[in-house]
Amino acid sequence: MKDLTDLALQKAKEAGAEYADIRIIDSKTESIRVKNGAVTGVSSRDNKGFGIRVLIDGAWGFASSSKITPEEIARVAQNAAAVARASAMVKKGEGVKLSPVESVKATWKTSYREDPFDVKPEERIELLLEADKRLKVDDAVRVTQGFMDLWREHQVFASTENSYIEQEITESGAGISATAVAQGEVQTRSYSGYRQAGYEYIKGLDLTGRAQKVGEEASALTRAPQCPSGYSDIILDPTQVILQVHESCGHPVELDRVFGQEASYAGTSFLTPEKLGHFKYGSDEVNIVADATIPGGLGTFAYDDEGVKAQRVTVIDHGEFVNYLSSRDTAPELGQESNGTMRADGWNRIPIIRMTNINLEPGDWDKEEMIRDTKDGILLDTNRSWSIDDKRLNFQFGTEIGYVIKDGEITGIVKNPTYTGITPEFWNSCDAVGNKDSWELLGVPNCGKGEPGQVAHVGHGAAPARFRHVRVGVGKW
Amino acid sequence: MVKDLALLGKEKALELVEAALKASPGDQTEVLISNADSYLTRFANNYIHQNVAERNASLTVRVVFGKKIGVASTNDLDEEAVRRTVDQAAMIARLQKDNPEFVSLPGPEPVPEVAAWSDETARFGPDELARGVAAVIAAARAGGLEAAGAFSTTASELAVGNSLGVRAYQKSTVAALSTVFMGESQSGYAQARSRDVGAIDPDAVAGRALDKALAAGGAQSLDAGEYEVILEPEAVADMLGFFVRSSFSAMAYQEGRSYLQGKLGQKLFPDSISIWDDGLDPTGLPQAFDFEGVPKRKVMLVDRGVPVNLLYDSYTAGREPGRASTGHAGPAMAGGFGPMAGNLFMAAGDASIEDMIMATKKGILVTRFHYTNPVSPVRTLLTGMTRDGTFLIENGRITAPVKNFRFTQSIADALVGVEMVGRERRFVGGWRGGSLVPALKIARFTFTGVTEF
Repeated sequence: MKDLTDLALQKAKEAGAEYADIRIIDSKTESIRVKNGAVTGVSSRDNKGFGIRVLIDGAWGFASSSKITPEEIARVAQNAAAVARASAMVKKGEGVKLSPVESVKATWKTSYREDPFDVKPEERIELLLEADKRLKVDDAVRVTQGFMDLWREHQVFASTENSYIEQEITESGAGISATAVAQGEVQTRSYSGYRQAGYEYIKGLDLTGRAQKVGEEASALTRAPQCPSGYSDIILDPTQVILQVHESCGHPVELDRVFGQEASYAGTSFLTPEKLGHFKYGSDEVNIVADATIPGGLGTFAYDDEGVKAQRVTVIDHGEFVNYLSSRDTAPELGQESNGTMRADGWNRIPIIRMTNINLEPGDWDKEEMIRDTKDGILLDTNRSWSIDDKRLNFQFGTEIGYVIKDGEITGIVKNPTYTGITPEFWNSCDAVGNKDSWELLGVPNCGKGEPGQVAHVGHGAAPARFRHVRVGVGKW
Repeated sequence: MVKDLALLGKEKALELVEAALKASPGDQTEVLISNADSYLTRFANNYIHQNVAERNASLTVRVVFGKKIGVASTNDLDEEAVRRTVDQAAMIARLQKDNPEFVSLPGPEPVPEVAAWSDETARFGPDELARGVAAVIAAARAGGLEAAGAFSTTASELAVGNSLGVRAYQKSTVAALSTVFMGESQSGYAQARSRDVGAIDPDAVAGRALDKALAAGGAQSLDAGEYEVILEPEAVADMLGFFVRSSFSAMAYQEGRSYLQGKLGQKLFPDSISIWDDGLDPTGLPQAFDFEGVPKRKVMLVDRGVPVNLLYDSYTAGREPGRASTGHAGPAMAGGFGPMAGNLFMAAGDASIEDMIMATKKGILVTRFHYTNPVSPVRTLLTGMTRDGTFLIENGRITAPVKNFRFTQSIADALVGVEMVGRERRFVGGWRGGSLVPALKIARFTFTGVTEF
C-alpha cells in the first residue's frame, strides 16, 4: 500500500502541490431487513477506491477513483492538480493556510469482542425474525420490521507531511419497529442502537426482549389522545436528547458552517465568532463535549481524515459557549489549531468538519426523581420528525410517544407529540440533567452534509434532561 | 484540460451484464451496472472553497432461488470481482428464508429511446465550471453581496439485464447550478438544472438571486398564523416530493400508511391540480427505464383534482393479482424504499406571479423552503422553514420582506386551497431526476413559528 501512497504524493508534488494527501479505503457493509415475518432483503456491498487532495497556489483540488492501480493513481493526481488550478482562478485572498500537525506513523482499530462479520448470516436473520414475531402483539399492528447493519472501513491516510496512518473502524447496528393502523390512525414505535463495536453490542440490545413493549406501545398509540397544544414542562429521554444536541448544538458549532462554507445548502450558524467565550448558550446545567476518544462512539477514531489526533473538547461549559469543531484550514482564522474533526464519507468525498461524539455530560438527577419532581409535564421518547432553520435557531421536533406526567407520576400516553423553540432560549430553560446511571452512548448513522452529499455516522452520549415551559402540540391535528 | 470519460458504452456494459448473468446459478438473476464521471465546484464567500472530481462504478447482482433473494454489490468491475459478487449474492440467497410475497423479476418490454445526453455537458470540466462560478461571483460582488453555491456536471450510464431477457442501457448527463446571495441581513436564492449545461445561464441565475437578495434586506418580524401564500416553484417541488413519496407509493398504500387510503378516484383537489410522473418527457431529466429495466411511461397521479394511480415496482405489483410495475423501482438493495417517482410534472395554469400578488389581500410570498420533514405522513402534515426571500403582500403588492417562518401544514389541505396556478414552470432537482412545477397561490397556509432572521 505504501508504494501506492508514495506514488500519489510524488505525482501530486510533481504536478505542483504545496500539500497533498491520499486516502485509500476498502469498506464492506452487510444489511438484513425483515418485515412481517419474512426476510425482505439481505445484501452485501464492497466498496473501494482512493481520493487525492492537493493544495496548489493556496487553492484546493480533489479527485477520486474506484480503480486502485498505479496508472489510475497517476491520472487522478494530475486531475486533482487540474481541479486545484481551476479553484485558484477564483480563490480566497492569499489562499488557504493550514494549521500545523505532527507527522505520525500509526495504526488503530475498533476494539470488539466478537467480529460481527464472523457471525453466521443465518444466526443474524434468526435473531431478527424472532424479534419481529414478538412485535405482532395484536391485529392493530400491521407492519413489523427489523434491520441489522454491519459496517467496516479500512483506511490508509498518507500526506506530504510524512504521516502514514492506518485505521479500521467496525460498526454494528440493529433495530425493530412496529406500525399500528386503526381507526384511520397510523402510529409507529421503534427501538434501535448503533455502536462502534462487535456483535456483542447487538446481542446486548436485547431486541427480542424489547419487542413486545414496542408492539404494545404502537398499538396503544392508535387509541391514545392527541398531544395537547400549549406550553408544558418536558423531559426528553436520551433517545430525543441526542437529536436535540445534534441539530441545535452539534451543527451550529461546526466552524465551516460558521464561516459560510455550507451557506447555500445546509445553511450557516447563529454561533458567530464574536460569541465565542461570550455567549450564554444554555443554563448552568448544560455541559456539552465533543469527544472523539470515547470508546464505542460512532464518531470515535484515533486520527481524523487530515491526520490530526482525536481530541476531547469542551463545547459548552456550564452553559457558556467555549469552542467550535474545527479543521486545519478553518482554525487558523481564529488563531487556533485544528481540534481534529475532519471526516469524509468514503474515498470519493473530501473531508469536511463533522461532529465526532457530541455528548451532553451527565448531571446529578436520578431519572425517577426528575419525574417525581415534575408537576405537570410530558416525557418525550424516540425522535420521529426533525426540522431546524438554516442558522439553527428555530427548531421543531416530534417524537414517537409522549408519557404524560401529573403530580410526579406517569399517568398515560399521548400520540403525535411535537415541541418547538429557539435554541438558546430552550437550552437556558434546562433545569435538570440525569446522572451517570441514566447516561447512554447512542448514535446517529445518517447525518447529511455537503455537496456532493456526504453521510456521517456520529455519536451522542446523553442523559434525560428537563426543560421548563416549552411550546408543545404544534399544528392542526 | 481535456476530459477523458470512463463510460463503458452500450456494447461493453451489456457484455458485462451478460457475463454476470451467465455466471449466476440462480433461478432468476438481475444485474445492474452504473458508472459515472462527476465534477462539482463549490463556492462560498465569493471564492471557490471545495472542488472535486469523482469516477465511480458499481455492479449490483440480485440472485433468486425460488422465493429466496440475495443481493450483493461491488464497485470493482474486474472479471474476478464480478464473479465473486455473483457468488456472494447466490450464497446470501441460499441462506435465506422464503419471501412469500415475491413473485418474479420483470420480463422484457421494449425500451424507448430518450434524449438524455449532452456532449457539451460531458465535455465540461473544472475550468469551465470555474468560469461559470466566476460570473456568479462577479454579479454578487457588483451588488455588494457574497455568493455561495455549487456548479456541477455528471456524465453517467446505467445498464440493467435479467435472466428473463430484460436488456436496457442509457447514458445521461446532468448539470446544475445553485446559489445563495447573502448580505448583512438578507439572502436570495436561485437555481437551474438541465441535461444540457448550455441551457444553464450563470448570469441569469445570478440575476435572480441578486434581485431576491436586494429585495430581502431589512426584514421585519411578522406574527405567525394563517395567511394566503404564494409558493414559488422551488417550494412547490419540495412539498410535492413529500406528497408523492408518502402517498402515491404502492408500498405505503398496501401497508395502510398512505393519505390516499380509500380516497383514490375521489375528487379531492381543484380542477387545476394535475400531477403525473413521466420519465420520457424531454423537458425533465428523461430516464428510459427504472432500476429493474422496466420502461418508463407517463403515469397520471392526480387528474384534474382526482388521485387516480399509484406507483409500483415489480415487488409491490406482485402483491396485487393482475398488476404490472409502472416502472418506478429503485436499486435492489436491502431496505429498499419501495416505488419512487423521479420525474414529476404538475400542470401549468394561466397566472403570472404578478397576477398572484395582485390577487392577494394579505399574504406571504415564499421563495423556497428549508429542512422540510413530515410530522405525520398519513395526514401529509409537513413542517419546515422558509428561506432566502420571504415577503409580505398587502392589498395586491409586496410591501415588506419578513423574517422567516416555520410552517406546519397538511400538503393535501394546501392543495385543496389552490386558487391560482402559475403559467411558467421551473425544473427543480430531486431524487435521480426532478420536478417541473409552477408557482401556486394558496388560500390558507399555516405558519406556526417565526425565527430571528
